[in-house]
Amino acid sequence: MKRLKLLTVFVLVTTLFAFTGKSVSDGYKIGDLATDFSLENIDGKMVSLSDYKDAKGFIVIFTCNTCPYAVAYEDRIVALDRKYASKGYPVIAIMPNNTDVKPGDNMEAMKARAKAKGFTFPYLMDKGQKIYPQYGATKTPHVYLLEKTRKGNEVKYIGAIDDNYKDATAVTTKYVEDAVDALLDGKEIKVKETRAIGCTIKV
Amino acid sequence: MKHIFLLFLLLCFSCNDNVKEQKKVISEVADLEAKKQNSALDLEIYDYDGLEPLINKVDNKVHVVNFWATWCAPCVKELPFFEAVKEKYEDDGLEVLLVSLDFPKNYESKLIPYIAKHNLKSKVVALDDTDQNRWIPAINKDWSGAIPATIIYNKDKRLFFEKSFSQEELETEIQRFIK
Repeated sequence: MKRLKLLTVFVLVTTLFAFTGKSVSDGYKIGDLATDFSLENIDGKMVSLSDYKDAKGFIVIFTCNTCPYAVAYEDRIVALDRKYASKGYPVIAIMPNNTDVKPGDNMEAMKARAKAKGFTFPYLMDKGQKIYPQYGATKTPHVYLLEKTRKGNEVKYIGAIDDNYKDATAVTTKYVEDAVDALLDGKEIKVKETRAIGCTIKV
Repeated sequence: MKHIFLLFLLLCFSCNDNVKEQKKVISEVADLEAKKQNSALDLEIYDYDGLEPLINKVDNKVHVVNFWATWCAPCVKELPFFEAVKEKYEDDGLEVLLVSLDFPKNYESKLIPYIAKHNLKSKVVALDDTDQNRWIPAINKDWSGAIPATIIYNKDKRLFFEKSFSQEELETEIQRFIK
């Protein structure tokens, strides 16, 4: 009996480890095809990537209301959409947090924030938190630049928006802009992955 | 003619030296200013190059380095566990370093009051280095940049965790090093 108990504990522990290990390393790599989704927008409508017939790709950004890093980037996210939506690369913002843990990220708060900051792009709720783990997002803000190809939406860049979270005027490399510009010019993206500090996605 | 040329060269060099000297003085003054400021705040602030030796010590201790910020709820939640292990394992040669990633504009308004209010016993330093794409992978190649994140190391072994700890989990990891 005791042995069985031990065995159960062993199995439990190993599955647990396998699980936590998996959640860290999983997610898209450059060149993978990203899943589409149907998520609720702040206007109550459902939004999918496939709705955008004319888009050349997407700037998918996992972001939220409550993370200081995400907040520091809000204006720059709006600027990205202003600059690139008309060129075929709209911003699609997805809020990945569990709103029971972070009530400040619930749909009402998302609506209020989008209005206050003048979001020009969809701000979607990852209800049930099914989408961000597939992308492999770990934090906010976390950008996935997708290019529409015949095979599907191919991941072209993963990471930060630029290299200065503190001060938009002191940025020296605009990673996302450089990547989108490269795609628009049919050139190779120079920096395909970057790291930045962000707030853990709340589960 | 040759002499004049040499003299010219010499002048150039001495002139160069002067500039260097001036620069040095200026940077020393700047250092002094910075030090003064920091001592008023009572907080050590580093860029990555400054932090690097503090998180790569080669001695007979076990080092726990935790990356956190006052705005990071899961970080703040686990801070007491780091304080507790510091207290409990200090005699076994455990050293805790809390590296704050708070925004510099919040050092005075949030970070320093937080340290005082919670009477943090562990050493706290602030990392202010915007080139995150350089230092995040330098700290650990698998770190996505989410915090909390923790390093536990001694001179032989180094583990990295991009996760939140319970006190029990933290102690389990530390005991592997201490035994």
